[in-house]
Amino acid sequence: MPEPNRPVLANRSMLGWLALIAIVIGAGAAAFAYTAGWFSPQRLTPTRLVEALTPAAGPSLGHRRNHAKGICFTGEFEANGAGAELSKAQVFASGRYPVLGRFNLATPDANAPDAKVRVHGLGIRIATPDGQEWRSAMIDPPVFAVSTPQGFYELQLASKSKDANAMKTFIAAHPEFAPFGAWAKTAPWTDSYAEDRFNSLNSFVFVNKAGAAHVVRWSLLPAAQPVAISPDDLARRGPDYLEQEIAQRVAGAPQHWTMVVTIANPGDPTADPTRAWPQDRRTVEVGTLVVQKIEAERDGPCRDINFDPTVLPSGIRTSDDPFPAARSAAYMKSYDLRTAEAKDYPRTIAGAKP
Amino acid sequence: MTGVRKRFTPLQRLLHWLIAVCILAMLFIGVGMVSTVTPKFLSLVTIHKSLGIAILVLALIRLAVRLRYGAPALPADLPEPMKLAAILSHYALYALMIGMPLIGWAMLSAAAYPVVVFGGVHLPAILPQSASLHSWLWDAHFYLAFAFFALVLMHVAAALYHALIRRDGVFEAMASVSIHDEVVPAE
Repeated sequence: MPEPNRPVLANRSMLGWLALIAIVIGAGAAAFAYTAGWFSPQRLTPTRLVEALTPAAGPSLGHRRNHAKGICFTGEFEANGAGAELSKAQVFASGRYPVLGRFNLATPDANAPDAKVRVHGLGIRIATPDGQEWRSAMIDPPVFAVSTPQGFYELQLASKSKDANAMKTFIAAHPEFAPFGAWAKTAPWTDSYAEDRFNSLNSFVFVNKAGAAHVVRWSLLPAAQPVAISPDDLARRGPDYLEQEIAQRVAGAPQHWTMVVTIANPGDPTADPTRAWPQDRRTVEVGTLVVQKIEAERDGPCRDINFDPTVLPSGIRTSDDPFPAARSAAYMKSYDLRTAEAKDYPRTIAGAKP
Repeated sequence: MTGVRKRFTPLQRLLHWLIAVCILAMLFIGVGMVSTVTPKFLSLVTIHKSLGIAILVLALIRLAVRLRYGAPALPADLPEPMKLAAILSHYALYALMIGMPLIGWAMLSAAAYPVVVFGGVHLPAILPQSASLHSWLWDAHFYLAFAFFALVLMHVAAALYHALIRRDGVFEAMASVSIHDEVVPAE
């Protein structure tokens, strides 16, 4: 094989070229590290958000990092067809679609007593025959506590701070917290998940067949009449009363919620879940959630489902509300952590002692 | 054999540079998306999934083309350890190009996430739902991404070493824009 005529490099110019290669590689590595956030310790990452939710005693291993205490259900969503005007998603076409869901308490502690947790939640996954899914995670306050993910992060730090004035300082810095704060203080507690109204709080965009887009929020309105209970009375019924109660109630009869979609007017605060929309906004009842069967989370079908609110069918998309993206990022982090800890939350082994 | 190519075929060069751009974008999008909670997160994840499937398809085509047309021989005077490093690193690059998208797809499947790419194409799950598989695949996807980036950096360093210091034609075999397939007579 002919030897190519290769110029012989002087040692000095070779060192120069080696230095150039080192610079190229170093710059590549630095750009990568910068993108990964290694030079930006202030950046709010999913990891930091999830760490802020972790109680001082450590996380409930194998459980969701927030809304850690919960119970699975299955049922149906009965669409009445009225939502098809707003969204082309099959879930709004008249029909019945299977639902997998989870009632939960907004706490990072899987063993928290019911009476210690102010906010109740509900996650659902509705599957349609076209292979699409709609996942949503709702809570029972009428407005959210903070208007940005950064605010949520600061709220977590304040609420677990040892500084007695931390919450005062937080509330002073976050006037948008007031409506939620007032609800938490004054709204009656309920004695059953079946009596809770669950709200999306975040806004999303519905797109219909003609391509028309509407910004909406939705709620699940309970068919059961709410019965108020004081936290003290709830505590006396036992730490896990809500789970026992809903299991018993659903075993007796399926429980129903009406899904109501509220449509924003132009100029409504679609990006800020601390701000309710005016009462006169148009609403459409799109169907009924029917909860038919309760199953304990440990072996239940909702256990390994991430109720990521950005898993949406075609016909629903995210809006300018910054929360669904942040929730998706944090829920995924939580999911990655808890699936790696499955051994700390073992399923019931058949034949083993309970 | 009647002749030995000095360069990769134009199709191979095209695929190489196309995939190179995709992989670099993919690695940066990957580390970027897992470190943000801003609305960018959703767009980055969406691109990451679609681009991953695109890389998988391109890499499989590239593998077929490589098996069909082979590669120019390395310079005869290249020291043996460098030859070995070149051969092994290329096996690793091919394994990662094809393996990483598959691991990502399998990971999403094991987590029961719908896998939607290119704005509405639903891909089937390639694994049953499983927390332990998800956890294992997530670790693999995460750590192999860093290994992949390290390998890409080594690949660039080696390419520049061939181009600037050894000046032995290895870089030009892939970097040339000429579409004339130069064939030199063998022996």
